[in-house]
Amino acid sequence: MLRLAALLLALALPVQAEEVVAGLSQNQVSITANFDGSEILIFGAVKREAPIPDEGGPLQVVITVAGPSQPVTVRRKEKRYGIWINTEAVEVDLAPSFYAIATSGPFSEVLTDVEDLRHHVSIPRAIRSVGAPMTVQDAASFSEALIRIRQRADLYQINEGTVEVSEETLFGTSVALPANLTEGDYTTRIFLTRDGRIVDEHETVIYVQKVGLERFLFNLAHERPLIYGILSLAIAIAAGWMASAVFRYLRG
Amino acid sequence: MQIYLPIAEVSVNAFLILGLGGIVGILSGMFGVGGGFLMTPLLFFIGIPPAVAVATEANQIVASSFSGVLAHLRRKTVDLKMGTVLLVGGLVGAALGVQLFAILRAMGQVDLLVRLCYVVFLGIIGGLMFIESLNAIRKTRRSAGAPKRKKHNWVHNLPIKMKFRTSGLYISVIPPLIVGVFVGILAAIMGVGGGFIMVPAMIYLLGMPTKVVVGTSLFQIIFVTGFTTLMHATTNYTVDMALAVLLLIGGVVGAQIGTRIGVKMKAEQLRILLAMMVLAVCIKLALDLLLQPTELFSLGGGGGH
Repeated sequence: MLRLAALLLALALPVQAEEVVAGLSQNQVSITANFDGSEILIFGAVKREAPIPDEGGPLQVVITVAGPSQPVTVRRKEKRYGIWINTEAVEVDLAPSFYAIATSGPFSEVLTDVEDLRHHVSIPRAIRSVGAPMTVQDAASFSEALIRIRQRADLYQINEGTVEVSEETLFGTSVALPANLTEGDYTTRIFLTRDGRIVDEHETVIYVQKVGLERFLFNLAHERPLIYGILSLAIAIAAGWMASAVFRYLRG
Repeated sequence: MQIYLPIAEVSVNAFLILGLGGIVGILSGMFGVGGGFLMTPLLFFIGIPPAVAVATEANQIVASSFSGVLAHLRRKTVDLKMGTVLLVGGLVGAALGVQLFAILRAMGQVDLLVRLCYVVFLGIIGGLMFIESLNAIRKTRRSAGAPKRKKHNWVHNLPIKMKFRTSGLYISVIPPLIVGVFVGILAAIMGVGGGFIMVPAMIYLLGMPTKVVVGTSLFQIIFVTGFTTLMHATTNYTVDMALAVLLLIGGVVGAQIGTRIGVKMKAEQLRILLAMMVLAVCIKLALDLLLQPTELFSLGGGGGH
C-alpha cells in the first residue's frame, strides 16, 4: 500500500522538479611558470517550476571536481636481505590525479550508499580497480594507501559542510587546486539530493593547461626529444663557457 | 617565489634551488669535485622525482665540467688521447646505463638501485679518503720519501698497446676502456659525472700523473654526461630544463666562491672535510634503506604493463 502511494506520488511529480543552473568563477586554469595553486568558485541556483516540495528532507548539494584519470602502480616495501625494497605491486586501473568533494552536510547524510555506488561519488568509488593479481593478499590496503598518500598531498580532498545552501535555492563553494596539478580536463559534477537520493545532476569541465614557457618546454620534451636534449646541452655549455669567461675577466 | 617545473610537474621554491646549487657549487669549487653525488640526493630530499633528478643533474654537470675543462686546456693538463679512449668506453657504458635505468624504472626498482649505488660508492670512497687524510695529517711533519718507481702490474701486460704522450704512458687500451664503461654506467644510473671513481682509477690503476688526471677526467665527463642527458631526454623524457637552469646559475656562482675559500685551506683539512661530508650523505641514505619507512607504499606511473 505504502509502495503504491510512493509510486503514485512519483508519477504525479514532473520528471525533473528541480534543476541545477551552475557557474564557475573560471573554466580555464593556466599553469604558468609561477603557478602556485588556484581557487575555483563553484556556484549556482536551483531552477524549479513548482514551489519547494514540503515532504522530504532539506535540499543538499554535493560537488566533485575530478582530474584526468590515469593508471597508477602502487608498490609496497618489505624488508628483504636487511633492507627495505619494493616487492608487491598492484595496478589501479584508473585513478583521478586530483579529486575533491564538497558537500553541504555530512557525506553519509547527503548521499545514500546506493547512489554513491551508481554515480561513483566518494573517493574509494571514484577509483577504479578491476582486481589485484592473485599473488597479492590484502589488495584493499593498496587502494587505501593510494588514497592516503594523495590525501596527504592535498590531491584528494573531502570537505564536508563546505557548500553553503541558502533558501534551498542558491548554493556556492570554493575548491582549492594545489600547486602540483597535472594538466587535463577536470570534470566538475554537481548533484542535488534530497534524503540522500539524487534529484538532479549537472556536469561541466574545467580545462587545466600549461601555458607559455611551460607549454613550450613540455611539448618540446615530448614531441622533439632530441632537439630538446641538444638545447639543454647548448644552454649548459653556454653557461659553463660564460662562467669561465666572466670570472677570468674579474680576476684578470 | 614558487616555480612550476614543466617536466617534474612539481612546484618548488626557486630560491631553495638556487641556494642548493650555490652550496653544492661552493663545495665543488673547494674540493674540485663535480658535486653530482651531493646534488642528486639533495634533489631527492626536496621531492624531485628520482628519475628527473638523475637526468637533470647530468645536464648540470655538463656545464660545470665544461667550465672547468677550459681552465685545464689553457694549462695544457688534458690528455686528449687518453680522454678519447676513456670516452669511447664511457659512451658505451652510458648507453647501457640508460637502458638499465629504463628497465628498472618499469620494474619499480630504480630508487633502490640508485640509492644502493650511492650507499656503496659513497661509503667506499668516503671511508678510504677519511683514512688516507687522517694518515696524511699524522705524517704531515715528516717529509715525503723519494717518489716510488712505477710498478709494472698486470695492466701493463695486456695487448693492443698505445702511446699516451701527455701522460707519458705506453699501455694497453683495454683497462681505460673498461674504466670508461664502468664510469659511464654509473653516470647514467646515479646522475653523477663519476669523477670520484674516475680520478682514483686513473691514478692507481692506469698510473697516470696526477697533474693531468683532473683535466682529463673533466674532458671525458663533459661528453659522457652530455650523452647521458641526450639519452635520458629521448628515452625517459626526464630532463627538466627549468630545474637545470636554476641549478646552473647557483652552481656556477658558488663554484667560483668555493675556489677562493679552497685556496685558503690546507689540502689535508679539505680532504677530511670532504670525506666527512661524503660519509654523512652515505649514512643518511643507508638509514633510509635500513630503517622502517613511515609509509610502506609508493605510487608510480602506470607503465607496468
